[in-house]
Amino acid sequence: MAVIRDVMPAFELFQPATTDDALALLAKYGSDAWVLAGGLDSFDWLKDRIKRPKVVVDMSQASGLRGIKEMNGGLEIGAMTTLTEVVRHPLVKEHFSLLAEGAELAASPQIRNQGTIGGNVSQDTRCWYYRSGWKCYRAGGNICFADTPTAINREHAILDADRCVAVNPSDSAPALIALDAQMVIRGPGGERVVNAQDYFVGPDINIMRMTVLKPNELLTAIRIPGTWGGAKFYFEKIRDRQVWDFPLVNIAAAMKVSGGKIEQIRMAVNGVAARPLRLTAVESAVIGKPADAATGEMAGKIAIQGAVALRFNAYKIPLMRNLVKRAIGGVQEAAWKS
Amino acid sequence: MPTNKVNIPNYRLLGKNYTTPDMVAKVTGKSKYAEDFRAEGMLFCKLLLSPLPHGRVKRIDASAALAMPGVKAILTADELPPPAPFITDDGVMIPADPRAERGLTNEPLYQGEPVLAVAAVDELTAAEAIEKIQIDWERLPFAVDPMVTLKPGGPNARTDGNVWVVPPPAPPKPGEKPAGPPLPQVQDFKWTDAEYAEFKQGKLPMSKPSMEWSYGDIEAGFKKADLVVDEAFVTPNTSHQCMETRTAMAYWQNGKVFVHCSTQSTAQTVPAIARWLSIDQTNVVVISEYTGGGFGSKVTSGISLTIPVLLSKKVNAPVMMRVSREEEHYIGRARPGFHGRMKAGFTKDGRLVALDMFVVTDGGPYGPQGDANSSGRIVSLCYTPENMRWRGVNVITNTPPRGAQSQPGGAQGVMIMEPVMNKAANKLGLDQVAIRRINAPAGKAGIGGAIKGKRDHVTSAFVQEALDKGAELFRWNERKSQVKKSGTKARGIGVAVSAYSAGSIGFDGLFVIKPDGKIYIQSGVGNLGTESMIDSHRVVAEVLGVPWEQCVVTWGNTAKHLPWTCPSGGSQTIHAMTRAAHATAMDAKQKLQEIAAMDLGGTPADYEVGGGRVFRKGGGAGLTFAQAAQRAIKLGGKYDGHEVPETVSRMTKASVTGLAGQGLLAAAKDKYKRDGITNSYVAGFAEVEVDLETGEYRIVDYVGVADVGTVIHPRAFGGQMFGRTSLGWGHALAQKWVYDQHYGAPLAKRFYNSKPPTILDVPVNNFKWAAVDIPDPETPVGARGIGEPPVGAGASAVLNALVDALGENIFRRAPVTLDIILTALETGKPGDDPLTAHI
Repeated sequence: MAVIRDVMPAFELFQPATTDDALALLAKYGSDAWVLAGGLDSFDWLKDRIKRPKVVVDMSQASGLRGIKEMNGGLEIGAMTTLTEVVRHPLVKEHFSLLAEGAELAASPQIRNQGTIGGNVSQDTRCWYYRSGWKCYRAGGNICFADTPTAINREHAILDADRCVAVNPSDSAPALIALDAQMVIRGPGGERVVNAQDYFVGPDINIMRMTVLKPNELLTAIRIPGTWGGAKFYFEKIRDRQVWDFPLVNIAAAMKVSGGKIEQIRMAVNGVAARPLRLTAVESAVIGKPADAATGEMAGKIAIQGAVALRFNAYKIPLMRNLVKRAIGGVQEAAWKS
Repeated sequence: MPTNKVNIPNYRLLGKNYTTPDMVAKVTGKSKYAEDFRAEGMLFCKLLLSPLPHGRVKRIDASAALAMPGVKAILTADELPPPAPFITDDGVMIPADPRAERGLTNEPLYQGEPVLAVAAVDELTAAEAIEKIQIDWERLPFAVDPMVTLKPGGPNARTDGNVWVVPPPAPPKPGEKPAGPPLPQVQDFKWTDAEYAEFKQGKLPMSKPSMEWSYGDIEAGFKKADLVVDEAFVTPNTSHQCMETRTAMAYWQNGKVFVHCSTQSTAQTVPAIARWLSIDQTNVVVISEYTGGGFGSKVTSGISLTIPVLLSKKVNAPVMMRVSREEEHYIGRARPGFHGRMKAGFTKDGRLVALDMFVVTDGGPYGPQGDANSSGRIVSLCYTPENMRWRGVNVITNTPPRGAQSQPGGAQGVMIMEPVMNKAANKLGLDQVAIRRINAPAGKAGIGGAIKGKRDHVTSAFVQEALDKGAELFRWNERKSQVKKSGTKARGIGVAVSAYSAGSIGFDGLFVIKPDGKIYIQSGVGNLGTESMIDSHRVVAEVLGVPWEQCVVTWGNTAKHLPWTCPSGGSQTIHAMTRAAHATAMDAKQKLQEIAAMDLGGTPADYEVGGGRVFRKGGGAGLTFAQAAQRAIKLGGKYDGHEVPETVSRMTKASVTGLAGQGLLAAAKDKYKRDGITNSYVAGFAEVEVDLETGEYRIVDYVGVADVGTVIHPRAFGGQMFGRTSLGWGHALAQKWVYDQHYGAPLAKRFYNSKPPTILDVPVNNFKWAAVDIPDPETPVGARGIGEPPVGAGASAVLNALVDALGENIFRRAPVTLDIILTALETGKPGDDPLTAHI
């Protein structure tokens, strides 16, 4: 049968007003249901007629999932809060600017107005073979088209690949990991809370999903503890274009520095593996070291241990190394002004 | 963006800013594009695209689709009219080309080529019907990389070969008109083993060409040279990425087809559609008041519009075909990428004395494109080599069809030559501006190869003036000595020169002065965003001495009696149509003077025209335009269009008849003399800043100075400078096609992964433009087009600035993305693959 990559197929649309109603729908329709947040990832899949849910559960009317509130010295961000709302929120900007920076570098202003923080962390990979509807491992097949001798894989993984070499494209995810955020998940059995770094899964765990979210579960909120409020933050995103471009590599770091020495640190990168990676080896190596270029150099080298280049993505190794270095030692800015 | 002042003396309207009549609708969203129209009983159609890069349809089973409620018809290639010969407006016979592209095909030559279309009551039904169609395919060999098909034993993109060859035109038989251009032929062409060995070393072989020309004595030139530079460069394939895709809606009434489409050229699209359908052009009405971008991809709209046209005829209902972004990637045209190699000989003082230029073009399956030849012509003009040989191979690949894109061929030629100029200046210790100045065209400079020892020449060129003005605005000399590295940043400056065709001749103008005293101007120019469809007619008001507010322009619908007009491609419009407008204004002036003399005595020469009147020289009796219009109607004949001028073309004649009797009708063909081929020029200056730890770079600022003769509308001109320069920057920064060669499948089909530049990627607040403001001597108001040369200047000035910042051993192709820079900085070798296409 012929393939057409246009026109969204018909589906039954539900717009539940509460999480309970949404969970009831997910329980009822099971794998036939698709959860829709801002739609930026979903509509591509639906309009390309690759994902064909019978039922779409649109969360836009669940007002309880939208908004940011203070919680135990930290924040709770509803999963349906838009990226723009996250970026502009005074408490986010004041205490957790790392997240504001990451979220603001996602996509474009128009997309951030519509895209949600829950959607941004739960989005699917952008591997162009997979997104073209090719029957790869991630799509239930038995090949990775991005890891063949002729494959074009400039944007693919250098770490933790396991059959699939796709990468996670989220810009807010590494910031949330660096802030020790927790993901609040509700399902038929009630609520469970997982650490941000454990929310994401690689192909070794589940080659067809990017997160631990089960089909009958919803991400309802993201909690950011007060732990890293006001810490020294670093976020950088490297991309081909200055807007509307996924990261080739991005990095988020939170550091507590005292007397010039690193007391505590969290660091995460994305765009290098199928899940955002917390760099625990780097973290433990730099504790107690001065937050300077030399420590950064050392950290960069540790960060890329085990990295394996594909045909076209070897540059990601020095890029990740240099970003880790900058996250610790800073960027040596040019003296000129232009 | 600063709106620099352009000083054109002695004109009341030309060279001044004003608001074009389409502007409010555009900025308020009231403008209607093809997709915005609805007609009673309108159906929608969707396309079935080829899943294969090359294959043959063995059997189509559409029974399940046709059985669906709401499905009205399918259209296959079998139902299209076969390619037919046609006769141009100048009486030249163009033979039928059996290899020409059609709207649908049974032998798709690229993945994504439309195979059939389904018409249904809505798009949802049409799409579901497409999915119910079963096609049995025969798979055929394919090649998506021109290098792959040229290898010994490499696959061919067409069953009969891989390279286009155009035979020389047959000499005219005695007493007969010269025949039309000969049909291109296909040949099977492979490198020799020795050439393939050279390719494997990463060097583009200068193989046997399929086309060539030369002038001078290249061997003698090389003997004179003190320095020989031998460099190869690869340019990207870039989709046009018009914001409006080539959506079309069509219906038939009383034997005429009405087509709502997106086109660059309103009048010229009529004969194009007539030719595609093998019907008479009097049965075609084109409606396209607004076009969301063309850049060469919609010169006469696109052949894909024949799909809704023929479906509409088949089902006897209007049919709308909305084209998606991915479909536009396939059928929306792209610039052919080049593999080019230059062997260039320079004297010590920087004079280019010998140039051996060799290009391989990736032309897609239909063609051949003119880009290859244009690249040589433009290089021969821009850098005026004393002796030159140009050779090319037009390769056929199983990738989407190419088309003209702003500065087609010229941009690629400039991008391949500029690194050579840059390197030569560095090796000879010369200033980069100086070496371009030494080799700059001036006056009636030569262009292209010699035929019987004689070369074509241009109308004028003032490139040294452009370089001087640009160097001053950019503060080139001051910035040459600036610090290049600080912290993790490096910066560099670059300059490039560029040229392209900028005007045609021989088209018609048409307007009526009505009894309300207003001038009703008919514009056959397309509204493709350049504003030339209005700007060129400012000449009418200028010549007749009336306020612009007294002019009303009609455009965008060929049922409204439009004149035969140039295609808006190759930036010919402002030149061609200011000439036609001038000729037509002179016709009106003559008629006004004749009427005044008839009524008020004396001879026509006793009268002059101005201020909305025709009056006796030195003051005295006269007629208002309103009175003259009434007199013209009473007089009839040639004065009100009842007598049709012989000189104008067929379409204009019909339009004159349609407008006859409404006032004083002016219609004329541009018959002004022109010595030379009209070209425009740009000198571009860029500064870039590179982050040495990430490879990211930004264009810090840019100056573009144009040699375009008289600037007619500064704001529109500035828009063209910025827009087309940005198009060029895209070629340097990130825009490209990506293919998996094993599957022959495109991977970058959407905006977000083919990466055209956005407004945040370009120095919007640090972009300066200027013009040298010297009118072209070969055209009445001195105006030439601007839409082409900014492209190559923009791309190459940035690439040259990168070399200045980072050194010469970084890249050998464009775009130069951060991975290439970072890899080069890490390894000390160029960070790119030298020759593989589409990576």
